[in-house]
Amino acid sequence: MSIKLNALFSDSYVDVSQYRDQHFKGNRYEQEKLLKQANTLYVGNLSFYTTEEQVYELFSKSGDVKRIIIGLDKVKKTACGFCFVEYYTRTDAENAMRFVNGTRLDDRIIRTDWDAGFKEGRQYGRGKSGGQVRDEYRQDYDPARGGYGKDSIGWQVIGIVAFKGNF
Amino acid sequence: MSRRRHSDGDDGGQSHKRRRTSEPIEIEDRLESLICRVGEKSTSSLESNLEGLAGVLEADLPNYKNKILRILCAVARLLPEKLTVYTTLVGLLNARNYNFGGEFVEAMIRQLKETLKANLYTEALYLVRFLCDLVNCHVIAAPSMVAMFENFVSVTQEEDVPQVRSDWFVYVVLSSLPWVGKELYEKKDVEMDRLLNQIDGYLKRRLKTHVPMLQVWTAEKPHPQEEYLDCLWAQIQKLKKDRWQERHILRPYIAFDSVLCEALQHNLPPFTPPAHMPDCQYPMPRVIFRMFDYTDAPEGPVMPGSHSVERFVIEDNLHNIIKSHWKERKTCAAQLLSYPGKNKIPLNYHIVEVIFGELFQLPCPPHIDVMYTTLLIELCKLQPGSLPQVLAQATEMMYMRLDTMNTTCIDRLLNWFSHHLNQLSFTQLFILFNKPKPKFVKEVLEKCMRLSYHQRIVDIVPPTFSALIPADPIFFYKYQDEANSALPGYAVAITVGNAIKNRASNEEILTVLKDVPNPNQEDDDDEGEGFNPLKIEVFLQTLLHLAAKSFSHSFSALAKFHEILKVLTDCDEGKLHILRVVYEVWRNHPQMISVLVDKLIRTQIVDCAAVANWLFSPNMAHEFTRFYVWEILHSTIRKMNKHVQKIQKELEEAKDKLERQQHKKVGSRSNSEDEDGQLEEQIERLQEKVESAQSEQKNLFLVIFQRFIMMLTEHLVRCETGSVDFSTPWYKNCIERLQQIFLMHHVTIQQYMGTLENLLFTAELDHHILAVYQQFCALQL
Repeated sequence: MSIKLNALFSDSYVDVSQYRDQHFKGNRYEQEKLLKQANTLYVGNLSFYTTEEQVYELFSKSGDVKRIIIGLDKVKKTACGFCFVEYYTRTDAENAMRFVNGTRLDDRIIRTDWDAGFKEGRQYGRGKSGGQVRDEYRQDYDPARGGYGKDSIGWQVIGIVAFKGNF
Repeated sequence: MSRRRHSDGDDGGQSHKRRRTSEPIEIEDRLESLICRVGEKSTSSLESNLEGLAGVLEADLPNYKNKILRILCAVARLLPEKLTVYTTLVGLLNARNYNFGGEFVEAMIRQLKETLKANLYTEALYLVRFLCDLVNCHVIAAPSMVAMFENFVSVTQEEDVPQVRSDWFVYVVLSSLPWVGKELYEKKDVEMDRLLNQIDGYLKRRLKTHVPMLQVWTAEKPHPQEEYLDCLWAQIQKLKKDRWQERHILRPYIAFDSVLCEALQHNLPPFTPPAHMPDCQYPMPRVIFRMFDYTDAPEGPVMPGSHSVERFVIEDNLHNIIKSHWKERKTCAAQLLSYPGKNKIPLNYHIVEVIFGELFQLPCPPHIDVMYTTLLIELCKLQPGSLPQVLAQATEMMYMRLDTMNTTCIDRLLNWFSHHLNQLSFTQLFILFNKPKPKFVKEVLEKCMRLSYHQRIVDIVPPTFSALIPADPIFFYKYQDEANSALPGYAVAITVGNAIKNRASNEEILTVLKDVPNPNQEDDDDEGEGFNPLKIEVFLQTLLHLAAKSFSHSFSALAKFHEILKVLTDCDEGKLHILRVVYEVWRNHPQMISVLVDKLIRTQIVDCAAVANWLFSPNMAHEFTRFYVWEILHSTIRKMNKHVQKIQKELEEAKDKLERQQHKKVGSRSNSEDEDGQLEEQIERLQEKVESAQSEQKNLFLVIFQRFIMMLTEHLVRCETGSVDFSTPWYKNCIERLQQIFLMHHVTIQQYMGTLENLLFTAELDHHILAVYQQFCALQL
């Protein structure tokens, strides 16, 4: 009886994006596998002032949150605009991709993406100055993310591989 | 008469050439795509697309008949919003190939039987409706359809079956009539009249105990909240009076009438509804949600009346569109807004009404709550000039009518509105300040604060309403400063605080705590390790104070000192007290209380029943109507349910594993008795675990229901002896919260009906309380 009619019932909000963590320990195949089973989401474009409480409240709307790890500036150890949200079930994480991704938190459109799983050390920004890479070379002024980019004057072309893309 | 051959606006004749050299799989995918996409936006007309597709499929029948049959059966089952497009397609195919038509009908009947057996009643409904519309396309002979209807309606004569069973069969017949009523009446009016009379008789005698539990508003004005079969009956009566003239449904087959009426029709085989079985799960009854009528849409097309069949069809289609596309909010919004025939109806009003109807549906919305918030935002983005105004109108109206709104629905309204404001802007809050309803406004502001921060709320609330601003979520430390040094345990609190800061071990801290006197004990009593509330207080207040900075800090603290907490809360009183302390220190920060209680349960420092007892305790009576209390209670029940399900799943998996292992053994000579033995032992252990978990779950519900009964009975008795009206706002809240427990956890509770009826909801109970239980029972009877 049942054929699925894949042509119709697409679920594109749940698809894995193009981004791959370059620091991932393992091969591409393993990474893909983990992403497809993940219960953890990377959340980007947060304001530096967004609190764990706010993230909890918003992401609890798609299910029970297991833990939140706020991303920190490696040098200053203060929030630098990203975090990880881990759910108990994949279904809850999928609903977050469908209904929280691309919506507002603290007046900013946030972006979520699948993550292969939190490991110690991944809570730190990887930019030269300690924050996120995207804030190193950012040219615009964003008061919620420390103002101008750290190196906005002398920005270099970096491979697409290391850069977290558009928001 | 020749017509141009078109595919779906694509490459028409080209695809025919390509096909001869393509892989079968590719062709099957292409067929699926062609069929699924017909009816979508195209440069050609729907008629020419259908004509073209019929030609393509006819040519493919020799090689791909089964695949085509399966695809068509699937779209019939899964795409009810495109019903008439596909029935027309089948009609055209039948006109070209009579045998195919017959095989299709047979396949549909098989599918119908399977869906009924599998408890897929909604899909079965769509299949029957499809068959009905095939009468309009000259594929099925009207008299045989009437015969099927007669068999359906005869279910109402069955004895000792749940009412929801006969309800469903009646619903199927009535809800198909907008499509096929005219045709059936033209051919068999006597039989149809008899059918409708039978239905009328059934509707008059069926019970409607369930209605109060499912109504969103208890008031009949301005829009009655009708039982779904009653509403549909009124709509069909009106349609009949209008001589079955129905103008809303898109009927592509009309354009093909000359071709279709040349076709030979098939007779439906006699269809007996499958007998009732104990494990049949019929759909629950519903109440139709209405919030708008023609007076609400000031300009433009008039909204069809609540008893017009147009209203039924529009709502049905909009619900189906949401069902098909809910996972992709942008697509869903676009599909809703491109509803065919939208220029003749106030579409925005219909959409908003349907969406809130789903969000407020009792017992549960068909989809996750947050989906509706984001869907409405997407709709606002696509129609910025008109939809936000309709939404504002709806919000204001719902706010005005809070007094008669079901408490569960108020919860959902609260969640939706605060999230919505956070997404768009807080300026819409002004709606609340025109005629403030303090309780609701406070809860909205608190929810808004959770998504932002306290100062933000202070900034946006007009000064005259500053009393409604939520409390600043600060920590209350009992042993804060020297002024409290007279408090018992103060000295130890300081010592413990220092010990924690200096990374003392658990043993060291327990030693320090030994110095805390026990206010419950006699001086000469040598119990030693009994429940000591002061010890708990001193330790937990200090620990949480040091960890108050964030959720993560507090969670770390609980994890690090888990051992100590376990020791201190070994008994029920200990568990209750730890919850009291959490409340004391964080009473201004309900969100923190919520997440801490969650962690305490998950780390097994407290159990679910302790949380229930704490929430119902006299200490928490003043918070009993606060939204967060119920958030915590429902979250606790859900954790319990998930825990039971998890162990049950482990047990099933172990059993499956054993079975597979034993099957493998049959062929081999290896001696794996040890493995089997191990597995069997594991299964036994899991079995015990399941039983213990289920027992805990049952106990949790018993505790909750007992508490409700005690509270409500006390209130009712007090009011009676004082000759006071019992129906206070507190009572309304309490009785609806009791209802909410039943509604939100109905699947789980159904397992324990026997116990509930024997122990708690007996005939001696006050009839107001018993009524809630009886309404709940009526949902599946």
